[in-house]
Amino acid sequence: MSAVIERRAEGPTLRQRLAARGLDGATLLVLPCVALILGLFIYPFLYGLVLSFEPKDGSLFGNYVRFFSEPFLYGTIVKTLRLAFPVTLLNLLIAIPIAFRVRLLRRQRLLTTLLVLPITLGTVLVAEGMLFYFGPQGWFNRALMAVGLLSTPVSVLNGYWGVFISLVLTGFPFTFLLTLSYVTGIDPSLENAAATLGAGPAARFREIFLPLLVPGLAITFCLSFVQAYSVLPSAVLVGDPANATRVISIAAYQAAFEEYDYSMASAIAMIMGAVQLLVVVAALGCRSLFYRGPAAGAKG
Amino acid sequence: MTVGRTTFKQLHLQGVRREFDAFTALKGLDLTIERGEFIALLGPSGCGKTTALNCIAGLLPVSGGRIMLDDRRVDTLRPEERGFGMVFQNYALFPHMTVRRNIGFGLRMRGVPKPELDKRVDAALAAVRLESQAEKLPGQLSGGQQQRVAIARAIVVEPPLVLMDEPLSNLDAKLRLEMRQEIRRIHQSLGSTTVYVTHDQEEALSLADRIVVLRDGAIRQVGTPAELYALPAHLDVADFMGFRNRVDGQLVGMEGEDALLDIEGTVIRGRMRAAMPGKAAVAAIRPDDLGPTDDGQGIPVRVEAVEYRGRGFHGVGVTASGTELHFASPRPLERGATIRLGADADRVLVFGDAR
Repeated sequence: MSAVIERRAEGPTLRQRLAARGLDGATLLVLPCVALILGLFIYPFLYGLVLSFEPKDGSLFGNYVRFFSEPFLYGTIVKTLRLAFPVTLLNLLIAIPIAFRVRLLRRQRLLTTLLVLPITLGTVLVAEGMLFYFGPQGWFNRALMAVGLLSTPVSVLNGYWGVFISLVLTGFPFTFLLTLSYVTGIDPSLENAAATLGAGPAARFREIFLPLLVPGLAITFCLSFVQAYSVLPSAVLVGDPANATRVISIAAYQAAFEEYDYSMASAIAMIMGAVQLLVVVAALGCRSLFYRGPAAGAKG
Repeated sequence: MTVGRTTFKQLHLQGVRREFDAFTALKGLDLTIERGEFIALLGPSGCGKTTALNCIAGLLPVSGGRIMLDDRRVDTLRPEERGFGMVFQNYALFPHMTVRRNIGFGLRMRGVPKPELDKRVDAALAAVRLESQAEKLPGQLSGGQQQRVAIARAIVVEPPLVLMDEPLSNLDAKLRLEMRQEIRRIHQSLGSTTVYVTHDQEEALSLADRIVVLRDGAIRQVGTPAELYALPAHLDVADFMGFRNRVDGQLVGMEGEDALLDIEGTVIRGRMRAAMPGKAAVAAIRPDDLGPTDDGQGIPVRVEAVEYRGRGFHGVGVTASGTELHFASPRPLERGATIRLGADADRVLVFGDAR
């Protein structure tokens, strides 16, 4: 009894003081993750960053100067953006109305399971499928020729649109599932309240759903964009990797494994990361202009 | 957009049905609500009261029957075309809009010009005493304040009908009492018509002009609070009106106005509500009306528990067959003691056996 009283006089123990700041035994479970992030992300990133400043010609910025002076190299930024931006926006624009319909469905899980499949299959398999489907003897051309819309097969593949379609196919499920989770996260009674107050469907979307969705859509945009921006397999398989779909990751690949210039490849990777970061920061910046609290009807 | 007219004489529910797949939530509701009335839909959870409210609001389509505002059919209209105000159980305040914009939303949707909108929102803010909170977001308000915003938002458009879905169930006991008075005050000062859903009989009794008791999707009784309190027409309604004791017995005869009920060998007198002589019946008695007798009459029980309740004592007794009886006693009783319990004949309601 007296021991307890003495202890109290000294104040809380170190363990108690740490727990009050959110540090306890469970906090240690973070350590493996931290180790993984340090070893597999931070270290390679810093290694690459340093490597990019050690070009073959010995100057500090040689790689960067070269990248931004050769159209063949700096052009890849625009080429990649020209693919990633429209694809991401299109995916979002398709995903929103479908998500609004699906949120009312009863068999949501079946649909979401079906949609997860393309993600698990991966871009290579989708590209393979497209090669057959859109090929000269594929269903696409044969069907259009059979109904008389075409006289000779069109070539969708080996160009911008091939990669575009492939990115839409593989990116849409991801975009959609994220969008769906944001859409279903909005308390349906908010829509009911707006309706009883005289708001028609368009006004409900404009006044209630859209403002509450924008922050989530910004996140979805960022994640989908980053995915589309780092496109490599489909750009090679169903695109025109020498010209129209020479995306930035192809430039990095060629620098690393065809020219064996790891320093240059690192520089390209850094530029690629910087462009992505710029877009993501811009998207999140727009997001901060909107309400970002819970999308439910406040506390119950 | 056609938004409902602001006055009407009567709202009629005519055989309103609502089915969810195989489950029938409303089994043909017939009810006429007069303008200016405060109607409480009272019932246990799952009785269909919220379904009924949602059907009136237009948030759920009816499966059958009609809803008429005077001679105009409204059940075919979309909620935004009916123009009824609704207060939701979770308030459903728009979290991204300030209190002012929340309250002004309905007026904005009706295209009310800005100066008039501001004036009416100010008046509504004053009516619910939230002038100082106008620029806050709902998340920054307390539960009671959010509740008042929800009410202000619903009434600012001066709807012909205000629908309230258990608006006080998320508040603590003290606030609930305050808001109850507030709701009654607002209803009276605006002269609006209110349909109020609740499972709390105290709320219904204190607020409503008329109470509609629902059970299993059907109306059990409609009446003023005094009628329902004194003479519930059905055992379920009695249950809701605080007749906590339900004792099985046999109806053995009538004596003048009194029904004679044999309960485990003891005959007690009660008011006949709905029972057949010679048949099994149930006596319903409020705990406050049941107490120890001094004359050797009454149902013998063994005292199981006694609680101090300020004005007196609340006791629980068990009869020979094991039925629990709750009663009031002016004096403390010893646990395990055997006493007899009785009640005035006009405080005992005799119903036919519901089972």
